[in-house]
Amino acid sequence: MNYYNLRIIKDRIMQILVYLALLIALIPLFSVLYEIIQRGISVINIDFFIKPIPTVGEAEGGIANAIQGTIITIGLASLIGVPIGLISGIFLSEYSDLKISLAVRFLNDVLSGIPSIVVGIFVYALIVRSIGFSVIASAFALSIIMIPIVTRTSEEALKLVPMSIREAAIALGIPRWKTLVIIVFSSAKKAIITGILLSLARIAGESAPVLVTMGYWRWWFAGLNRPVSNIALNIFVFATSPFENWIALAWGSALVLIIFILGINIAVRIFTRGRY
Amino acid sequence: MKAYQEPNNFFKYNIKTLLKFKKTFTGDDAFKIITSLFALIIFLIFVLIIYEIFKESQLSIQTFGIKFLTGTKWDPVSQVFGALPLILGTLITSIIALIISVPISLGVGLALSEYMPKSLGFLFSFLVELLAAVPSVIYGLWGIFVLIPFLRDSVYQFLQTTLGFIPIFSGPIYGGGTLTGGIILAIMVIPIISAIFRDLFLIVPISQKEAIIALGATKWETVKILISYTRSGVIGAIILGFGRAFGETMAITMVIGNKFQFLPSSLFDAWYTMAAIIANELLEATYDLYISALINVGLVLLLVSLLINILARLIVWRTLKLVKGIARE
Repeated sequence: MNYYNLRIIKDRIMQILVYLALLIALIPLFSVLYEIIQRGISVINIDFFIKPIPTVGEAEGGIANAIQGTIITIGLASLIGVPIGLISGIFLSEYSDLKISLAVRFLNDVLSGIPSIVVGIFVYALIVRSIGFSVIASAFALSIIMIPIVTRTSEEALKLVPMSIREAAIALGIPRWKTLVIIVFSSAKKAIITGILLSLARIAGESAPVLVTMGYWRWWFAGLNRPVSNIALNIFVFATSPFENWIALAWGSALVLIIFILGINIAVRIFTRGRY
Repeated sequence: MKAYQEPNNFFKYNIKTLLKFKKTFTGDDAFKIITSLFALIIFLIFVLIIYEIFKESQLSIQTFGIKFLTGTKWDPVSQVFGALPLILGTLITSIIALIISVPISLGVGLALSEYMPKSLGFLFSFLVELLAAVPSVIYGLWGIFVLIPFLRDSVYQFLQTTLGFIPIFSGPIYGGGTLTGGIILAIMVIPIISAIFRDLFLIVPISQKEAIIALGATKWETVKILISYTRSGVIGAIILGFGRAFGETMAITMVIGNKFQFLPSSLFDAWYTMAAIIANELLEATYDLYISALINVGLVLLLVSLLINILARLIVWRTLKLVKGIARE
């Protein structure tokens, strides 16, 4: 009897510990959100979105050029990354049994595990050392981070399309590629777009590869072979600076970035509810 | 014997017609070739990353050889580069991160898969996923202005007064430092490890659980068997978390203090990691050997992360497949 009680007590204690662990794990999330909203909201006004980054002494200013730069960089990155990721995803789902598909799928997974700073160094060695710090180098680095995510999600999205739809199309005598491009693709469209959006959210927050391929830059876009400003990287530069107005800008930038990233994550979750 | 000959001829005939048929190049063939070329780009990028980083490290490898990994001096002025303190710093902070995050992740994984009702489990799983979506640099910002003051003023003071007799808890408290670095890494690793834990526990066949419960086991006793059932997957998840902590850059650069020294005087002292020194010095490196040494640090990071990822993914894949296979039977 005594032993039985002991087991029950142990069970209760472990239950409490398990929920405690969940609580501890979530504290940083709520703390991060609370602090960003509380400290960032006071910085945000119209000027914050339309004025360029101020110099150290200036009180007035915003992050307009960083917003422009980030949009250009992730736009370029998706121009490179989306087609490669998407078509690779199609290949992996259509020809999933080939040996080469197994290899590519595995490499794709390993690629997603390479630290982003190493991707940055790779692009630094490959591009920056010949053409200099530039948007194009940064976009290339970000596209390498993007490709594994897009490939993975499009492969899975295409595999979810019921076989009966393909069979119906094949029975009508439609070639395999047309079946895929016209029929399978349109029913997997939503899930594929979801994957692309999530990869955009991911690269918008990347700062390490941007740092080593573009460096800190606070002016407007001046050509593809020149650097642009970047919100995520600016947070690093502003936060580690000793200037009050820059630190305030860091919190404002963090608020903008977190709204974009968590916004995409939450929207994706709401629109695809029941699917995953 | 004759009975075997006929089907043989029949088979040959079929292959001939098949080959004739194959001579026409269809749209499907083009489709296969084009898509496979795109998939090969992934392969190409992968090879190119290894080749390029290896090539650019050559200068440093030829100059220092193995001393690069065992040297303890990093002096750009006298052109001597040894990365051992960086390797130790990266290793120790990642281990601290694992010590903190593994028990918590285990709890989170169990709460999400076993303890909570399904609907709540979905909601909290989503919150844990959001934790993973927060960018590194934002954790760094939060680390500097929220976590460091909190740790310095309440936790570290307390640790020092109670455990100060142990050398690693003595010495001046700056706020930022080795332990803070480990804690911020732990926060970033928890969502990754716990998500894999949850998936592992969720795919354990229900019949297994039912069998244990039928024997009169309490929830905790059931859970203990679940953990041992997915043991190798759990280990794989921990290795994967280690790999993530190992290469983490921005957040740890912002809180660890960035001080190059062989060993810090205590857990509160500043240190350095491999990723952090690249982020801090690559843009300021003025001569080729310096740049090559930094890329060489990147090569070490790359090789370790490749090793960890290949190992961990093989383990996790195998477990998931194994358990799924049993579930199907």
